[in-house]
Amino acid sequence: MSSALWQLVEITIIISLLIPIAAMLVWVERRLIGIWQDRLGPNRVGPFGILQSFADLLKILGKEDWIPPFSERLVFTIAPVIGAVSVLMSFAVIPFSPTIGVSNLNIGLLFFLAMASLAVYSVVLAGWASNSKYALLGGMRAAAQTVSYEVFMGISVMGVVILSGTFNLREIVLAQADGWFIQSQFVGFVVFLIAGIAESHRLPFDLPEAETELTAGFHTEYSGLKFALFFLGEYLGVTLISAMSVVLFFGGWQMPEPINTWLPPLVWFILKVMLLVVFFILLRTSLPRPRFDQLMAFGWKFMLPLALLNLLVTAALRLMGVL
Amino acid sequence: MASINLQASRDWQPSHTLPIIDEILAQDSGLSLTPVTAIENIVDDITSCWVDKNQLCQLMQVLRFDLAKPFEVCFDITAIDESERTCKAVHVSDFTVSYHLISYQRNVDLRIKVALGKQDKTLPSICSFWPNANWYEREVWDMFGIVFDNHPYLTRILMPNTWHGHPLLKTHPARATEMEPFSLPPLKQDEEQQALQFDPEAWGMKRQSQDNDFMFLNLGPNHPSVHGAFRIVLQMDGEEIVDCVPDIGYHHRGAEKMGERQSWHSYIPYTDRIDYLGGVMNNFPYVMAVEKLAGITVPDRAKVIRIMTAEMFRILSHLLFYGTFAQDIGALSPIFYMFVDREKLFGIIEAFTGARMHPSWFRIGGIASDLPKGWEQLVRDYVEYLPKRLDEYEKMVMQNSLLKNRTINVGAYSTKEALEWGVTGPGLRATGFSWDLRKQRPYGGYDQFDFDVPVGERGDCYDRCRVRVEEMRQSIRIIEQCLNNMPEGPYKADHPQTTPPDKARTMTDIDTLIPHFVNVSWGPVIPAGEVSVAVEATKGIMAYHLISDGSTMSYRTRIRTPSFPHLQMLPVISRGQMVADLIATLGSVDYVMADVDR
Repeated sequence: MSSALWQLVEITIIISLLIPIAAMLVWVERRLIGIWQDRLGPNRVGPFGILQSFADLLKILGKEDWIPPFSERLVFTIAPVIGAVSVLMSFAVIPFSPTIGVSNLNIGLLFFLAMASLAVYSVVLAGWASNSKYALLGGMRAAAQTVSYEVFMGISVMGVVILSGTFNLREIVLAQADGWFIQSQFVGFVVFLIAGIAESHRLPFDLPEAETELTAGFHTEYSGLKFALFFLGEYLGVTLISAMSVVLFFGGWQMPEPINTWLPPLVWFILKVMLLVVFFILLRTSLPRPRFDQLMAFGWKFMLPLALLNLLVTAALRLMGVL
Repeated sequence: MASINLQASRDWQPSHTLPIIDEILAQDSGLSLTPVTAIENIVDDITSCWVDKNQLCQLMQVLRFDLAKPFEVCFDITAIDESERTCKAVHVSDFTVSYHLISYQRNVDLRIKVALGKQDKTLPSICSFWPNANWYEREVWDMFGIVFDNHPYLTRILMPNTWHGHPLLKTHPARATEMEPFSLPPLKQDEEQQALQFDPEAWGMKRQSQDNDFMFLNLGPNHPSVHGAFRIVLQMDGEEIVDCVPDIGYHHRGAEKMGERQSWHSYIPYTDRIDYLGGVMNNFPYVMAVEKLAGITVPDRAKVIRIMTAEMFRILSHLLFYGTFAQDIGALSPIFYMFVDREKLFGIIEAFTGARMHPSWFRIGGIASDLPKGWEQLVRDYVEYLPKRLDEYEKMVMQNSLLKNRTINVGAYSTKEALEWGVTGPGLRATGFSWDLRKQRPYGGYDQFDFDVPVGERGDCYDRCRVRVEEMRQSIRIIEQCLNNMPEGPYKADHPQTTPPDKARTMTDIDTLIPHFVNVSWGPVIPAGEVSVAVEATKGIMAYHLISDGSTMSYRTRIRTPSFPHLQMLPVISRGQMVADLIATLGSVDYVMADVDR
């Protein structure tokens, strides 16, 4: 009984920390992009503009909760919720530190992949329910993009599964005590990261919401709190992919001797995640966007074979006992 | 009657040998071409002649196809409402339609004029000879109510479909105060909205193919990538564009009509806002045209300053193009770096002129003020600064493989197509056709400068960008030469119609004070005549066609802008593209809606 209660408390703490962190990410991103683009970024609200996200949140809460009369009301309302919930659910299996983590699921990795697949419903349904042409195009793009990229996202992490022999994320982290999987699974990491960017619809894979082409893509018709949910979902998604990369390839909370004693494991984990998040942001400022067919061709003709090859080589080396 | 033109300069007499006319008659002796008369006082070097409307198609056939070196470009078609003209030639009836053609092979222009009576405002359409005549004829119909027989789709183009009357008629009011107060009751609003509904059948488009329905997507008039108020209706099969219809006119401000009620001098600020990224580049053809009419010769210092500032605005416009083009492809950062560069250059423009984007700085007979003290250092710093930045952008934008994949062989057209559709400027040079007005027909002193004309090969989006990037480097070369060779001397012509005249002299000299008073209060009286002056503006060839009736205001101001024909050919290049390609193509065309709609 007490363990269930403790778990509930843990969930509450994690969610109540995650959502502000995702909101803060908006500010971090805007400031960082500002610096990289020779400008200041938001620096007015609070010290260094740190309260910008809260100001934005307050503003967005004050917006009229408008549902376009031509839309499919129920689906239109549910779609952003699906997006945010499916991402939040994924955090349940992330081991933040040796002691923190909601669920020690023995198929944690598969659970994450399943949730990532569910997230696409949010985008597709939003695009469809909006009953708007731009949103529809965005939804179509999202469906095609996510379906293709999650194929090799799944394959890319199988190398890690072979090496650690488990789907349990906590055990995967523990399996990296002697050396992070990034050493042997570098290709797997690159493929996973690219698929992750595509899953979270970030530049250069932001085609479903490509501003210059589809105005705002699938969330063209959204405003107010529902839009904020999409926004939140996107930034949670960035954090999730970074956290997953850290868990799978960068040893989770673990650090090599002797620096592991300098900071608590949780802090190490957060630091690693932040570093990857910053990398995501840097990508956004520096790359143009490919065309839709180029994106698909890149996925199917290059990334998929690469992921398969990685799996094959890893399996062969494992059998030979090299890894 | 000839006395009206006494003030016209002797320098600008039309040449009396017209070999081209003889050549035309040799092809088809049935044609009767009437040469222009002295009273029309056409002071540019363009051969002009009158033809009867029944012979128009016959003549166009000769000009377009039969001549050895045909006139491959229909540069402009416009009309003049002659009802209030006082200096009228004998051929002139109630309306004149003027066709301006160019032969690049001959480097010769030709102006064909057709007189039309009030009772019979019809002309045969010449769309079958030059496809880009389509929009020009629509505009003439929209503005003057002249009907073109056999036109594929003669509807309003700049004015809304619900508009009554034809704005450029002399009887049409020019100001809102001359009209009924504007109101928009709900019923009228519904009517206006209904008029904006796109009707595919009217454009001969099908709603479905054999297998599936087409989607009609309204891109614009408010869309992040249409660069202004521009609407383009796409007929789409999935994400592929089957056909499209550009819809312009949302930015129409009646600039040509305003020209008819502003003094020659006070119209200068309006020109700044035609291509609003071009700044003084817009003043350039206008003041040169007025100077030709008045017979003013501009001193050397003013010429060099004009060229220097015009090239600065070319850089400003191209930098903005460069950044927005990259942004349209999805690269978010370059535009911010380029805005920093623009900001620095605007600082120099501000030091020169006191204004930034729209300095309205050229004057009839010179420029508004001399360069400020210490201008050399400002300019020298900049010409040293910019090339390094351009090198960085080269790596960031032009060598980026994602950008290359998105733009190479996308939105390509051949030189032949470019000429057919009246494309000028970087869009034409990107196809490998080297034609720069500054080289081919140096104006305003460009013959004294050393620069190259960059050309592309494939005529695709990438080449259009590449040509503009190289042009910026050439502009820097020109500015550097201006810097090193700036002549001393006055910055305004010593001519009674220089407006306003040199202030120092008005304080001591009654003969300068009187024209100063008259020119500033009424505006200068420009001798009756007609002139067309073209410059290589930032986006292509921009021409001002001015007709003076010997008054303080222009009788007809025609602005031929480069962006207008560029947008017209969009359907040709966008068929079969994806939406994302269209965005890249739109970005690479580099148009400004104010330049299209005027």
